[in-house]
Amino acid sequence: MSRSSADLALRRLTLVCALSVACILGLITVFLTLASLPAFTDIGIVAFVRDLAWYPRENMFNLVPMIAGSLIVTAIALLMATPLGIAAAIFLSYYAQGFVGASFQRLVELLTGIPSVVFGFWGLVAIVPLLAAWHAPGASVLAAALVLALMILPTIILMSHTAITAVPESYRHAAAALSLDRFAMIFHIVLPAAFSGIITAVLLALGRAIGETMVVLMVAGNVVKLPSSVFDPVRTLTANIALEMAYARDDHRAALFFSGLLLLALVTLLVFIGERFSSVRPEHATAISPRSDQTHAHFP
Amino acid sequence: MLRLIFCLNLVWLLAGCDAADHAREKLVITGSSTIAPLIADIARRFESQHAEYQVDVQSGGSSRGIADVRRGVAHIGMVSRGPDSDEQDLQWYALARDGIGMIIHQQNTIAALNAAQIADIFTGRIMDWQTLGGPAQKITVVNKAEGRSTLEVFLKFFALKNSTIKPQVIIGENQQGIKTVAGNIGAIGYVSIGSAEVAIAEGTAIKLLPMNGVAASVDNVRNGSFPIARTLHLITGAKLTAAARIFLDFALSPAVHDLIEAQYFVPLQR
Repeated sequence: MSRSSADLALRRLTLVCALSVACILGLITVFLTLASLPAFTDIGIVAFVRDLAWYPRENMFNLVPMIAGSLIVTAIALLMATPLGIAAAIFLSYYAQGFVGASFQRLVELLTGIPSVVFGFWGLVAIVPLLAAWHAPGASVLAAALVLALMILPTIILMSHTAITAVPESYRHAAAALSLDRFAMIFHIVLPAAFSGIITAVLLALGRAIGETMVVLMVAGNVVKLPSSVFDPVRTLTANIALEMAYARDDHRAALFFSGLLLLALVTLLVFIGERFSSVRPEHATAISPRSDQTHAHFP
Repeated sequence: MLRLIFCLNLVWLLAGCDAADHAREKLVITGSSTIAPLIADIARRFESQHAEYQVDVQSGGSSRGIADVRRGVAHIGMVSRGPDSDEQDLQWYALARDGIGMIIHQQNTIAALNAAQIADIFTGRIMDWQTLGGPAQKITVVNKAEGRSTLEVFLKFFALKNSTIKPQVIIGENQQGIKTVAGNIGAIGYVSIGSAEVAIAEGTAIKLLPMNGVAASVDNVRNGSFPIARTLHLITGAKLTAAARIFLDFALSPAVHDLIEAQYFVPLQR
């Protein structure tokens, strides 16, 4: 086989693979839309925001508390995990050396591999009783956010670490030449330069948090009501689908498929925002940049 | 040459499948998702003893089981309740009983609650155990998710509507309910009695409450004295196929009692 025909074969093979990935996503969207059609025709979109509550058996289909639930739990988890994750990434990049650094990195990598159901079970038997003793019922926004934060932490640490190490060596040399101390170098040069990479890390974590099902199902309490404090139970869209899909019929089923479609739209929106963010870089880092063409290099 | 062998193989494979399908008579069973896992287990054992039959079990709710049997789509239906007055056109066979027990934390000093008290707790009229003579502790109401058959039995027994219940936690599986109550000293919930008995035997910190003076035990579900219980049924149309007859005889025999108990249901004495 000549080099060019091998190339052509590879080109065709990869094209088929790429197309099938695109097709699968397309098919999922088509399926979700078709399955949720009765939600548009029988229930009507307005019902999802206007109905008094979510009791599908009694023809009430308000999704608002669950959309809010998904967003609130995700937001609190991100608020907890982002500063911790970036700090840990800085530690990993600049302060952890030799054995400590290597073992810490392995530990974080191990944390990414733990199945979510294990986190959920641990939350149910360890975190929830702890919170229940402090402020009943325990299964709450706080419990879900805590366990989710722990779950997304490794993603933020590892990707931020990658973004920080991708900041060109020359930046650090320039900082050293200007006799900046380490604090100034990290906060005024490295972090702004790694900004887009860190944002991508946070958005990826956000995507994982909003789509997470088992953990939330086990520790959030799943009551369909707008929570008035972090100690109140909450139900997310994903938990709702997992709880009720097996037993849902007709309109109820369509409403659940519709909430799946809603989740897909939400994640698409997040990916879109993420793309926009990662192509923008703050001004002040550019000012120090010695060569404008390498400012956005993720891999040196 | 390779291609020819491949084609021949394909033809042979298709023919093989076809022949196997013809040899094995298909039996379709649909209905209650409470019963489906049990019937799937029974079907597996049935198939291993009767190679000539292939059993296809699909869940989708008791109403689907009834509709499918009436339309002739399924040979046997699974229904997790007794017959309604307009369902006398079908043949009903009692398969097993399922009892639902109220569970609270082991350290809760409450020894018994009556139906009115439980209804008041679940609708939010009583919010502290102290009101009932228990410890000064906020009550955590643990309810089941919409659509679960346990929830329907509970609502029916206490004559409640799901929208009037004020829960603090909503759970899916029995195990999740047991773990939730064991981890919260003020919690009250309800689960399948069989699953609670197993959890208590394993040392889980929950206790089952009696109802109307009858202890919540598998024995009392079996002898019919425990009030919050239901009978799981298999149904067929007026006419039975030979395959359905043989399967029914098997599913209603003591040969499957271990499978019924493994699903925390209570086999019936015949």
